[in-house]
Amino acid sequence: MNTMHSGSRREFLRTALTGAAILRTGGGTRLLSAAEPSAAPAKSRVVVARDAQLRGTGSTVDSRRMLSLLDGAMQALFDRDHPIEAWRKLVRPGELVGLKVNTLGGRGISSNLELVEAICERLQEAGINAGNIVVWDRDSDEMEHAGFHVTMGGNRVQCFGTDRVDYEQELVMHGSVGSRLSKILTQRSDVLINVPVLKDHDGAGVTLALKNMYGVIHNPNKYHPDGCNPYIADLNMLAEIRTRMRLTICDATTAMYEGGPAFKPEHSWKENALIVSQDPVALDYTGWQMIERKRAAMGLKTLEAEERAPHYIATAADAEHRLGTNDPKRISTVEI
Amino acid sequence: MFRELQVMEGESADIRGERGLPCCSLDRRSFLKCAVATGAALGLAELAHPAAGIPAGAGQQKQDDSRFTVEAKFYQKLENRKIKCKLCPRECKVGDKERGYCGVRENRGGTYYTLVHSRVCAAHVDPVEKKPLFHYLPGSLAFSLATAGCNVNCKFCQNWDISQVRPEQIPADYAPPQRVAELAKQYSCPTIAYTYSEPVIFAEFLMDVADAGHEAGIRSVAVSNGYMQDEALKAAYGKMDAVKIDLKAFTESYYRDVVTGQLKPVLDSIVTLRKMGKWTEIVYLVVSTLNDSESEFRGLAQWVKTNLGADVPLHFTQFHPEYLLKNLPITPVPTLERAKAIADAEGLHYVYIGNVPGHPAQNTYCPQCRRLLVERVGFTASQMLIQKGSCPYCRHPIPGIWHT
Repeated sequence: MNTMHSGSRREFLRTALTGAAILRTGGGTRLLSAAEPSAAPAKSRVVVARDAQLRGTGSTVDSRRMLSLLDGAMQALFDRDHPIEAWRKLVRPGELVGLKVNTLGGRGISSNLELVEAICERLQEAGINAGNIVVWDRDSDEMEHAGFHVTMGGNRVQCFGTDRVDYEQELVMHGSVGSRLSKILTQRSDVLINVPVLKDHDGAGVTLALKNMYGVIHNPNKYHPDGCNPYIADLNMLAEIRTRMRLTICDATTAMYEGGPAFKPEHSWKENALIVSQDPVALDYTGWQMIERKRAAMGLKTLEAEERAPHYIATAADAEHRLGTNDPKRISTVEI
Repeated sequence: MFRELQVMEGESADIRGERGLPCCSLDRRSFLKCAVATGAALGLAELAHPAAGIPAGAGQQKQDDSRFTVEAKFYQKLENRKIKCKLCPRECKVGDKERGYCGVRENRGGTYYTLVHSRVCAAHVDPVEKKPLFHYLPGSLAFSLATAGCNVNCKFCQNWDISQVRPEQIPADYAPPQRVAELAKQYSCPTIAYTYSEPVIFAEFLMDVADAGHEAGIRSVAVSNGYMQDEALKAAYGKMDAVKIDLKAFTESYYRDVVTGQLKPVLDSIVTLRKMGKWTEIVYLVVSTLNDSESEFRGLAQWVKTNLGADVPLHFTQFHPEYLLKNLPITPVPTLERAKAIADAEGLHYVYIGNVPGHPAQNTYCPQCRRLLVERVGFTASQMLIQKGSCPYCRHPIPGIWHT
């Protein structure tokens, strides 16, 4: 069974086990709720943070540089001088925090381990007990294949798939499809931090923040017709998701411009970046443009020309959904 | 080996009676007959050998995926390790590591697999009238089984908890074809029925079980939505001895909005089945305000008479609120009687009313002399008078499969 490589795993465990020791109270910092607009009310802020030296001279991501990259992105997003201040605007001690990762692509193209470790570390420093953090996706085996170490119980960061706890029996619905929600979302996550990957998708066009919620429901196959439109937008309208979703940290360290969602090394590239926003629609629009630029650079047709443009993004922004904005004039992109 | 089997009190996804109307609500004689059938199912469970050991409701535990995984029969390989499924008219284009709409077929590196071969999530010994098949071995039992998954998503589905889930999300047993045939024989079932969820999506398993059954002298029947491509239909249902099709409405809009499918391919399938010489019966679940207009009833009856002939049985069955259609009432019996009257007037010979225990329109009458030929109470044939495929009174031939 695959597990996290030894160095990262050790660090991950260290972070988890020492969580209680570095636990701090959050103080009186004002908290952002999911329903509130992002830092700049008039525009949705999307931070694209890059580090060309993220991997040093090797192929794996340097955990210290990742932490620094994450800090820079969070500070830029929340206009704070210190990263912990940014995190304290997001979470409150005592809250249960779920990190919804994406592990469909195995080790090649899943949410980066060093990124997840960095987020867990900062959450704990912001006052979240390690045991109140759960890193999760649909399936524990898939998570292990992606390098995550499945962990349940104890005062350490939890890490497992919905297969370990099942879905709620009750159906929820927005639009035409009813679904059962992961109990990790409903029972283990007061706050949802979305950690998708920047990828091409054969059906939806791209898979980023909004589509990562397909891993929350028991029947994602029923949401794939017609380019996943309007299903992606409908799914993200569910109150159980909307009220918990506070932040998306999209992993663009390794990205894919073609052939997704499964890993195709021939269509991947090292962007060495994070895309961070509280507006998932703006983030998806921004990520889509990055993929289009890469496709153009590689001599590929646009997704529109391939008849798989991500129309779900516009649907998510429309008057019925209002999940965010896809209007570039209303998106403030901050590149650092 | 066969682990303890789930006992389903359900039938096809949109047939209320089997789930909501337990045998004990029927008359005494019927109850006793049904009790025997149910007892058989319970005995089956007791005799079964534990296998995967998956406790229901305790979260999901891993099943050995590999023994249920067989390359699919009906698909086309595309570039970039994509595939196009050719099983149903949906023609899902599925990328690597993704599944089709049914949720039980997965693309792994450009090869498409069914994940539900021999993966039985429900099995029961049912009266064949429960399917319902009224012109097929009345009073006999059918060893009935299902896997997870469905290629549509009917908002009224009675069995959504197995049809609308992925196979790994519910307990299942390893039941290879020969074992199913053995069990059917063991429980004196002359027929194996593929039912409860949607046999289209477990076509490969169905074909292999049908072969094993036929080798053991056991017939096969499918209870299906008929939403299937022509080649797959001929290959899979060509192995069936009878097919019951749920024709869910007679408008494309209903199929689009309520079923998430299409009407035209289903009509084509029914015509094909008739041309193949398969005994076919049609069930039409009447849902108040959605598919209960006079024009639909009349259009349906005319289409059946023109395209299939007056002898094809047509069952109008009662809807009960379930799944995503809980806001609508139970179909009033007068609505069902109106539908039957229209179909009778259009010249169909065998029009039934289903899910209404005790209703006289559950019985079979000779279209010539009008005498009672098969009396049914609930899901039990309490009287069967047809002799050598004919009315014993006037010798009018009665179509169907009447004797083993």
